[in-house]
Amino acid sequence: MLNRLEEIKMLINLTELDEGKGAWVREIRGGNCLNTKMESMGIRAGKKIMKSGGLKTRGPQIVKFDNLQVAIGFGMAKHIMIEAE
Amino acid sequence: MKKILLAGNPNVGKSAVFSRLTGTRVLISNYPGSTVEYSQGQVDIGGIEYAVIDVPGTYSLSAESDAEKVATDMLGEGDIIVNVLDSTNLERNIFLTMQLLKLRKPMVIVLNIWDDTKHLGIKIDADKLSEILNVPVITTVAVIGVGITRLKDAIPSARVSDYDLGGDDIWKHIGSIIGSVQSISHRHHTFLERLSDILIKPVTGIPIAGLILMLSFEFTRFIGETLISAVLDPLYLKFYAPFVIRLVSTSDSSMLSTLLLGADTNAMSGFGILTTGVYIPLVVVLPYIFSFYLVLSVLEDSGYLPRLAVLLDSVMHKFGLHGYGTIPVILGLGCKVPAILATRILEKRREKLLATVLILLTAPCMPQTAMIISILLEHGASYIALTLGIIIFMGLISGYLLNKLLKGDAPELFIEIPPIRKLRPNMLLKKMWLRMKGFVLEAIPLIMLGVLIVNICEMSGLIGYISAHYGRSVTWILGLPEDAFPVILFGFLRKDVSISLLAPYGLNAAQLVVSCVFLTLYLPCISTFFVISRELGLKSALKISAFTFTVSLLLGGLLNLVLS
Repeated sequence: MLNRLEEIKMLINLTELDEGKGAWVREIRGGNCLNTKMESMGIRAGKKIMKSGGLKTRGPQIVKFDNLQVAIGFGMAKHIMIEAE
Repeated sequence: MKKILLAGNPNVGKSAVFSRLTGTRVLISNYPGSTVEYSQGQVDIGGIEYAVIDVPGTYSLSAESDAEKVATDMLGEGDIIVNVLDSTNLERNIFLTMQLLKLRKPMVIVLNIWDDTKHLGIKIDADKLSEILNVPVITTVAVIGVGITRLKDAIPSARVSDYDLGGDDIWKHIGSIIGSVQSISHRHHTFLERLSDILIKPVTGIPIAGLILMLSFEFTRFIGETLISAVLDPLYLKFYAPFVIRLVSTSDSSMLSTLLLGADTNAMSGFGILTTGVYIPLVVVLPYIFSFYLVLSVLEDSGYLPRLAVLLDSVMHKFGLHGYGTIPVILGLGCKVPAILATRILEKRREKLLATVLILLTAPCMPQTAMIISILLEHGASYIALTLGIIIFMGLISGYLLNKLLKGDAPELFIEIPPIRKLRPNMLLKKMWLRMKGFVLEAIPLIMLGVLIVNICEMSGLIGYISAHYGRSVTWILGLPEDAFPVILFGFLRKDVSISLLAPYGLNAAQLVVSCVFLTLYLPCISTFFVISRELGLKSALKISAFTFTVSLLLGGLLNLVLS
């Protein structure tokens, strides 16, 4: 229980990650629709990603993983909970 | 006839495979969603004819967007599925493969973009993948035709996979497959990858985008102008015009001579089928179509368009769209018809409606732009800039207000950004040829028909009758001569023709600006109208037309008051 709480504390959303930094996706906090959408693009819990672009205050967030680059709207990116590297 | 369906994620080269397999030429671009309508062709394999269908790309079979719904519905009807994968992104691509396997249809897997795996340090054991999934696996580089013969040979041996997906998590299966067939060695960033990063980061990307757009505009203008003044206009005046005049003058009929050569020999105002009817499409419009599509094709094939879409995301939110709405709007600078079709990449009806209004109101199509430049040039470039500036400004204001009026919010951007790719000149030429051919075959007959109808109406006195009875109020609001009303009527048929119809009236610069703005905005042309009613329904097409007509009449009236 304590471990889980500590883990949740360590999570931040994608918009809070610094540009150029890596992270692990831990959770996608949204409905089924959002989860399916992310999953079909390859973004899922356990996936390692790198934020290659995007401001912390607004605008799309760009993430890289494998050989892919994906742009995610700011509001949507807030639902992606990550653990920074 | 058995149906082969080409299925896969967006931007993996399905259209290139389709084109190579069937010999049918289709437009291929480097951004997801370039195929929104399916193409069908045929291929003969070992004496048996197969129908081949290029299904719009989809990430999953959950059918989130229109393109995905079309793909999902079509997949149910196929006999053989050729699943095209991007070899450089095997993990994400196999997610769809797993869903396709569940359809229990004979399948062949194509690992496309195979050449890039070497550059990226990716090793894939295709035989092992075939062994695991128990379906044929072929490696291809479809854009240059590598592997297509092997694919043809493999299609008859397509089979239903016996791979057991069980009840486990799909990603466990994918992880295990990837683990056994793929290995990746470390490598350094390439120049194109570094360039890609620079182009998409707001700090560097926004000024570069400004520069690219400015250069694109200048290049389009320069090439168009040079082709007209240095090549086509002299060719027309020195060789073509004297030739047709000599040819027609052998006829005794003055009516035939007026129909073919026009009232006078001026190529812009005479309105003969063989003079104005040829001069408008081939000398005035075609050079700009050529230069615009050359620039657009470079932006498309290099992969720059989606980057621009990301950079403009925040701006597009003001108009109720996300950044990807930029792509149809940019396509609309060329022709509104493919632009309206491209709104299918947007998910919701509200977005499509807003994008359609932006496409119609923010800029004229390229034939219209060419005519506006041509007719206003003698009054100075500032009038051209004023006309285009007013149109863009009004389009943006209307889009902004409509977004406020319609219920709902702008959806979030969620797109894959394709890699920046080196241009392949032969692919570029093929694409240019396809687009130019499209213009010549579709627009030129319509323009000639328009010129013929104008001529007949003029000769029969119909134009005078209509102007006297119906046109007064509209021409009064716009400050135009009464007999200019038919110009407005013909605009619905072909807008470039309608602008050229202004030439004989001897309008002053202010009147020309008012008419060009009004004619650009007042109604979609007939082809665009049909596409809008097909995409959004007749009722919406009529509503949009009523909206644009009201906006343009108010604006035209206001401009008339201010400028005169």
